[in-house]
Amino acid sequence: MFDNKNGGIDRRGMLECMVWVGTGVLWTVQGGVPKSLGLLGEAKAQAAPGAFTFMQISDSHIGFNKPANPNVLGTLQEAIDRIKAMPTKPDFMIHTGDISHLSRANEFDDADKVIGSAGLDVHYVPGEHDMIDEDNGKAYMDRYGRRAGAKGPGYYSFDAGGVHFVGLVNVANLKAGGMGSLGEEQLAWLADDLHTKSASTPIVVFAHIPLWTVYPEWGWGTEDSAKALDLLKGFGSVTVLNGHIHQLMQKVEGNVTFHTAMATAFPQPQPGTAASPGPMTVPAERLRSLLGVSKVEVRRGQKQLAIIDQPLAES
Amino acid sequence: MNNYAKRRGGRHIVLALGLLAPVLLLLPPGRGPVAAAPDVAEVRIDNFTFSPAELTIKAGTKVVFRNSDDIPHSVVMASVGVHSKALDTDDTFSFEFNTPGTIDYFCGLHPHMKGKIIVVPQMNDH
Repeated sequence: MFDNKNGGIDRRGMLECMVWVGTGVLWTVQGGVPKSLGLLGEAKAQAAPGAFTFMQISDSHIGFNKPANPNVLGTLQEAIDRIKAMPTKPDFMIHTGDISHLSRANEFDDADKVIGSAGLDVHYVPGEHDMIDEDNGKAYMDRYGRRAGAKGPGYYSFDAGGVHFVGLVNVANLKAGGMGSLGEEQLAWLADDLHTKSASTPIVVFAHIPLWTVYPEWGWGTEDSAKALDLLKGFGSVTVLNGHIHQLMQKVEGNVTFHTAMATAFPQPQPGTAASPGPMTVPAERLRSLLGVSKVEVRRGQKQLAIIDQPLAES
Repeated sequence: MNNYAKRRGGRHIVLALGLLAPVLLLLPPGRGPVAAAPDVAEVRIDNFTFSPAELTIKAGTKVVFRNSDDIPHSVVMASVGVHSKALDTDDTFSFEFNTPGTIDYFCGLHPHMKGKIIVVPQMNDH
């Protein structure tokens, strides 16, 4: 909650202190009726124009039913319910892939129903679990890619609130012994997509597998991500949102902030702490502290986007 | 393994082989001597690993890939253009290897998972 990155108290921090002391009441006018906002969350709703919020959700794995979480549809619903209950409604959501577990139609249907109950637009990219229908990804493209105007296995871009969003696919045409892969065709498209954007345009790139090398022994990285990051070098603000590893990780390198989200389905072990990167079974009372969503705030006048991770329950 | 049993006057060799055969059958499949007899061999998938990682079989053997992991995997043999469907827990994929040679394969979902099938020629009976 505290913006320690800016080295001290900021407007929001001051408001929060004031609320705690009981002196802070923010008045705002909505529809001509003055309304006091006692909660800090509501106070953010009146942030400066040009600011907006979106959600990152990831790895819902609808269709999974093993001990690590026998009810992934239930935990996805909990995540969506939390989003619905937010005092400030986000503008839209990004899903960083593994929507389904086995690319089955009923799995996609169930996911769509639950995610749709948030009443928000959702921008998807596929995970490797979304590419395993008989036609190796056609089910995903038919359902999600086409309506986004996506190319190839599902890459596309869109603009919102002055920010340029790019959805990349690094789970298609995987080669032996490797990690994720973007491929030359997608990289050429990316170069073309970016070259008309000014250096001051904030860029958000989202893809399933991390676009930096988290742990190659488990395939947690993208072989040709360096080429993509090279294309992003000239931009003042770049945020990379990924999933796949089912745990939070964040890294800042110059103007680029990398962030991986929790899953809504099941946690996975930290790199090297288990025999394999598969589903990690934890005591039932601990599960919800390892699942969750992330809220991303674009703040006017601030280069870096703020990412606030929200587990389904506190640990 | 040469079968000398049908050669005339080879009884002493047959006896020696009769003692050896159970030992050979006990050898695990994989690197080293080819196990006696099986037409079917198994590769087990568990913990994001193919076991055995290297399997040596005679031409004509059918290999059954069995997924015992709690995550789906698949089998991709690029050199023979084979791409299995995704295998959920307890699903299997079978493939008969008829041609001697080495076939590398990997998991289509998790390409860092790799394995190798070494196909040796079937020996002719004399």
